[in-house]
Amino acid sequence: MFHITMLDNISHNKMKSNNNPNSKTVKLNKTLSTIWRYRALYIMMLPGLIYYIIFKYGPMYGILIAFKDYQFLKGIWGSPWANPWYKHFLYFCKTPYFKELIENTLLISIYKLFWGMPLSIILALFLNEVKNKTFKRITQTITYMPHFLSWVIIYGITFALLSETFGIVNIWIKNLFGKTIPFLTSTKWFRTILVATEIWKDTGWGAIIYLAAIAGIDPTIYESSKLDGASKIQMMLYITIPSISNVIALLLILRLGNILNAGFDQIFIMSNPMVLSVADIIDTWVFRTGIYDLNFSLSTAVGLFKSVIAMVLIVTVNKIARKWGEALW
Amino acid sequence: MVRKTSDIIFDFIVYFSLIFSCICILFPLLYVVSVSLTPYAEVIKNGGFMVIPRKITFESYILFFKESRLPRAYMVTIFITVIGTFLNLLFTTTLAYPLSRKNLPGKNKILFMIFFTMLFSGGTIPTYLVVKFIGLLNSVWAMIIPGLVNTYNLLIMKNFFANIDESLFEAARIDGAGETRVLVQIVLPLSKAILSTIGLYYGVAHWNQYYSAIMYIDDSDIQPLQIVLRQFLAGSENDITKYNPDIEVAPESLKMTAVILTALPVLIVYPFLQKYFTQGVMLGSIKG
Repeated sequence: MFHITMLDNISHNKMKSNNNPNSKTVKLNKTLSTIWRYRALYIMMLPGLIYYIIFKYGPMYGILIAFKDYQFLKGIWGSPWANPWYKHFLYFCKTPYFKELIENTLLISIYKLFWGMPLSIILALFLNEVKNKTFKRITQTITYMPHFLSWVIIYGITFALLSETFGIVNIWIKNLFGKTIPFLTSTKWFRTILVATEIWKDTGWGAIIYLAAIAGIDPTIYESSKLDGASKIQMMLYITIPSISNVIALLLILRLGNILNAGFDQIFIMSNPMVLSVADIIDTWVFRTGIYDLNFSLSTAVGLFKSVIAMVLIVTVNKIARKWGEALW
Repeated sequence: MVRKTSDIIFDFIVYFSLIFSCICILFPLLYVVSVSLTPYAEVIKNGGFMVIPRKITFESYILFFKESRLPRAYMVTIFITVIGTFLNLLFTTTLAYPLSRKNLPGKNKILFMIFFTMLFSGGTIPTYLVVKFIGLLNSVWAMIIPGLVNTYNLLIMKNFFANIDESLFEAARIDGAGETRVLVQIVLPLSKAILSTIGLYYGVAHWNQYYSAIMYIDDSDIQPLQIVLRQFLAGSENDITKYNPDIEVAPESLKMTAVILTALPVLIVYPFLQKYFTQGVMLGSIKG
């Protein structure tokens, strides 16, 4: 019965295409000829595509080791499967670091967002008020600049400010109170230092996008409110801020979508064993467990755990943004 | 027109805060420079460093160029930055241009495949295994090849190309120009701004590169500047004092000299190219 239907279908299709020379085959031929016409473009893309396949999709095959007990000599496929398959995930959830890592990651991210974003907005609002072109340009040049310094350099600068031997801030504190504060090695201070250096580095850079949003506001609104006798503060509070509120909201949720990225480079470079309990985030832990302790399977499992949650977050956040017609994709 | 009192106060707050922010950014840099220039004798005499040193010396700078790992690390970083940026631009452009053509069959599938890597990645160890499998471990190429194309930069460039007037290409095609010629002779000259911006992003990223070096490089001969600086700052790297028992520069001065020497190229280039640096943010905000 089944066979007959199949045959019937096939012959039916054949008949159809025979009867109708303008359908599928022709369409296919047309596509093929377009592809042929654009062959130079495909050849041009090839190196880039090979890069993506090897270095972006290649590692996805390696994710298998999250479900295996990876052994160097046996390779990815040859290593035995973990028993049960979720062994490494379970182990991670039960370790004492689990809570600490999640807490550190979220707290550091949220602190940075909570302090960094308003400062960028305020900087943009203030820059917008400057009428002197030269002053504005110089201020912008200076405030954007730290964005291009590496975290290692900023670590060095932090040293110059906060080191207990020659840090200028500690010299001042010592002159005033007679003792120094171990900013870089105390668990009490370290997160503050992370947030402060992040602010130093990226507040200016973050202001650019708000400044652009402000530049897009219709100038006639300001003129008419000026005629009504509005002061500069009133214009800022009642025109500028409401006009860029959608940009602020959009950037806020995008940052929330990235909340699991608390800043690997910064923390990896600036932290030391003394502050690990408040500074160790998922990414740094994954790195140490994998590259230093050579526990490849566990490291990959935790990395995967993070990637999956991050992906869900970003997709969700984009859905929310799409509701406002501001989707990323 | 009479200015309101509230406006005067407001302006004062605005200018004061902006000047204060600039000081917050410049002061630490100034102090780093001061420390790097302070002679050891002054440090001992004053019992520490001062914001503006009374005497200065370039000893620590000379020392770095004469006998340290820094010049070698400099060469490595310059190599990565120059060759790396060139290859980044080559791979990004050749991928972005075809994807910007409207009628290319399969374009959307390829774009999705590329875009998906922004949402999900294999992660640290699987990527490490790929790099190891290809045999790039402990080679300068490990700091270039695994990051050949940055998806974000690729999408910015693709959008820029897509906005170029199609009729310009058609005219060239009618004249019998192949796609490569259209790209080189028409598209690229029109895209100088975007190429400079993306090139600068790649360049700075290479100069500041840290991650791929700690991942893939053990050989101290090919460690880039940032790694050497980090080791030096953490004090685990004292090769300079090792060579000079009767050194005349404070260890702190040496560290800060290393900071300056690493930051200098970026600091020198940045003010002149600021326009290109900042316009990338705007291009990036146009959605992909």
